[in-house]
Amino acid sequence: MRRTIELILNSETRAVEAEETAPLLDVLRNDLGVSGARYGCGLGQCGACAVLVDGKEEAACLLPLEAVEGKAVLTSEGLGTPEHPHPLQAAFLELQAGQCGYCLSGILIGAKALLDRNPDPSREEIAQALDWHLCRCGVHNRVMDAIVLAARRMREGAAA
Amino acid sequence: MIPATLQANPELDRWVRFDTVGLARVAFGKVEYGQGTLTALAQIAAEELDLPLSMIEVVNAATGAVPDEGMTVGSMSVESSGASVRAACAEVRALFVAKAAERLDCPPEEIDIRDGVLLVNGLPCGEDYWTLAPQVDLVRPATGQARWKSPDQHRIVGSSQPRLDLPAKLFGEAFLHDIRLPGMVHARVLRQPGPKARLAELDEAAVRAAAGGEVEILREGAFVAFIALREQVAARALAAAEAHAVWEDARDLSPALTEPASLKTLPHTDHPAGAEPAEGSNRRRHAATYGKPYIAHGSMGPSCGLAQFKDGKLTVWTHGQGVYPLRQMLVRISGLDPERIEVIHAQGPGCYGHNGADDAAVDAAVIALRRPGAPVRAQWRREDEFGWSPVGAAMHIELAAELDPSGRLVDYTAEIWSGPHVGRGRSLAELALPKDPDAPPPPPPPQPPPGAPRFSGGILNAIPSYDIPASRTLEHLVVPTPVRTSSLRGLGGPVNTFVGESFIDELAEIAGQDPLAYRLSMIVDPRGRAVVETVARMADWSRRWSPGAGRGLGLAYDRHRDRAGYCAAVAEVEVEAEVKLVKLWCCADAGLIVNPDGARNQIEGGMIMAASWVLKEQVRLGGAGIATTTWDDYPILRFSEVPPVEIELINTKDPRPFGIGELSQGPAMGAISNAVAHALGTRVRELPFTREKIAQALLA
Repeated sequence: MRRTIELILNSETRAVEAEETAPLLDVLRNDLGVSGARYGCGLGQCGACAVLVDGKEEAACLLPLEAVEGKAVLTSEGLGTPEHPHPLQAAFLELQAGQCGYCLSGILIGAKALLDRNPDPSREEIAQALDWHLCRCGVHNRVMDAIVLAARRMREGAAA
Repeated sequence: MIPATLQANPELDRWVRFDTVGLARVAFGKVEYGQGTLTALAQIAAEELDLPLSMIEVVNAATGAVPDEGMTVGSMSVESSGASVRAACAEVRALFVAKAAERLDCPPEEIDIRDGVLLVNGLPCGEDYWTLAPQVDLVRPATGQARWKSPDQHRIVGSSQPRLDLPAKLFGEAFLHDIRLPGMVHARVLRQPGPKARLAELDEAAVRAAAGGEVEILREGAFVAFIALREQVAARALAAAEAHAVWEDARDLSPALTEPASLKTLPHTDHPAGAEPAEGSNRRRHAATYGKPYIAHGSMGPSCGLAQFKDGKLTVWTHGQGVYPLRQMLVRISGLDPERIEVIHAQGPGCYGHNGADDAAVDAAVIALRRPGAPVRAQWRREDEFGWSPVGAAMHIELAAELDPSGRLVDYTAEIWSGPHVGRGRSLAELALPKDPDAPPPPPPPQPPPGAPRFSGGILNAIPSYDIPASRTLEHLVVPTPVRTSSLRGLGGPVNTFVGESFIDELAEIAGQDPLAYRLSMIVDPRGRAVVETVARMADWSRRWSPGAGRGLGLAYDRHRDRAGYCAAVAEVEVEAEVKLVKLWCCADAGLIVNPDGARNQIEGGMIMAASWVLKEQVRLGGAGIATTTWDDYPILRFSEVPPVEIELINTKDPRPFGIGELSQGPAMGAISNAVAHALGTRVRELPFTREKIAQALLA
């Protein structure tokens, strides 16, 4: 059924008129004008469309719009901007953790979810947390290094 | 000498312009897909123009806006386009220096340029590129007379620079897939199950009912597209059509065609090359058979194309590998003059070769041509990208070698069955549309003149990169292949290196020699020796233990494309039921390195992709074509499986840059293969090295 649904997208309350069963990913990209969640497989197998819903990592391609009604949805646009990057985005740039970049915004979301629950993860814990995220270019090691770096800076920032 | 692509696009203003104060607009015909080409070429321009990188504005590749440099392929952008950018920028700089010398009445040798400001004997003379620009006519052909810098003068080339394209990819909108044009409609295309399939029946009413919204059905021959304002409506229409379409003469492939050995049963043409076998006595002969299945490009984003036909002009946005080659294809399809077609590049997911990008662009164009006005966005699904984009050719390889009594390799034969590794033929949409009886037949693919060397991706690195007294290849080119094959990172080269380097280890064992010492005894070129010796030191090769211990150390080496960069790799693995990668090392000499951090990124990424090929990947055939259409069917290496990688680059005085993008896969594949054989004490000769293949090898 088509109706107006409200959600909090990247800290901003938004209302969208759409089918309540439409995949969140389509609504984000086609109706709400955000691109950070990317279409990769439509089956929740690759992580390119990852978003946070009330802080929990979800595949936006599998989630019906109605499941996020009234909830907070975060995409990579909500993490930071080029002028004010999130520590994760800054670390990814500093270590050049990327090639084609198609997987990166989903990975940033996965990393944010991890650091929110574990501010000092080991490399093994990072690898486990990101294991459903696929990357074809082979930047896995740089990504893990960047997350370690961002985590350290965030801990230092929190302690200061 | 004028570099080839500069010769083909000789006017200097096509490469460099100074339209905006403080910026040099630099244009080239190569495109970025995550490999760092854009940044490396901008560095070369900045270097020769004596500008900081921040003052270089790279023109987005579009027909008319950039020089025609063909496809961005073969790990050769920095080598070929880089040479043209370097020569063009050096000549532009020399023209400005000459103009300043004339105005100031001083010898040009006294003039230098820093950050775009012209200096006379080290002091600013009041002129810069932008004040002089109105007096320097760049609409003139390059002469190739200007001298570019030697490596010892480099300040920007050779320094690590952050990639120009990366920031956008971390903050949101970055890709063609993200473009939303006013009035845009969404399209999905029903794929023809094989090139001969005819659509006998399609229940359009059922499709419309399932779509749940207004949907336009475009149907010509076997080309069927569903167009809607809302993407979901088009998607549902396609899903319903797949269930309701009745096809005749659909392709029905036997799953047995999945196996590389099945290539021997298919029609092929034979292409021998190399020396006749030499007669010799007391030789020991060894032969082995290897196989590599079809593999997928596996781009993270399924392909997407965008097109608009308005006022008799067709505009197409693509994330393919070349805007001019796509325009040529669109001329053929549309019958429009090239001047009426503009092709604009937009960033896409890494393609690693010929994936679905061109087909998706043609899908969008074919639809747009039939409904002028609104922009059309054709988005492929994951199952389309896996199922219908070209795949990397399967290869079946039989090797034979002869060793003299001392164990030295004296004769080598590689016999290769493979489909084409280069195959830009007709697009899927063209094959599906009804044949126009008046249309001229498509031009035959260009053939080399008689006696000229023939390029085949299948025999790259088919003879290992050693001094072997006599060697030959016999290529059996399989055409047609059961499914479309085309270029995938490195073409046949990495596979041939995997096979050849595995076989070299077999020969070392027969000769009773250590694999490292055996290789070094056959490499005269000091640059080749250096990468092998360095990687052996990095991995502490001397600790290598007895075979069959469940843990293995393997080495491999090649010279990329038999003529370019040198690369050696070592792999350490643990094998129980399956292979665990412990660590990978690599040493590379790619001549002049433009962006060292970018080079490391490419080399490491290439090794991880190669590891994924070796351990995991296999496209399965069956039914209408490809049966592996999701990431569950087609697993690739994951975060928890990626090993640490250590890389050393050897900086040589060679002023030539060699390609980086395809450099490391072959040695990485060979090293992993040899490490697995060392761990097991027996050899697996067919990819991928899955749990089943390991078990079979141990039982054999």
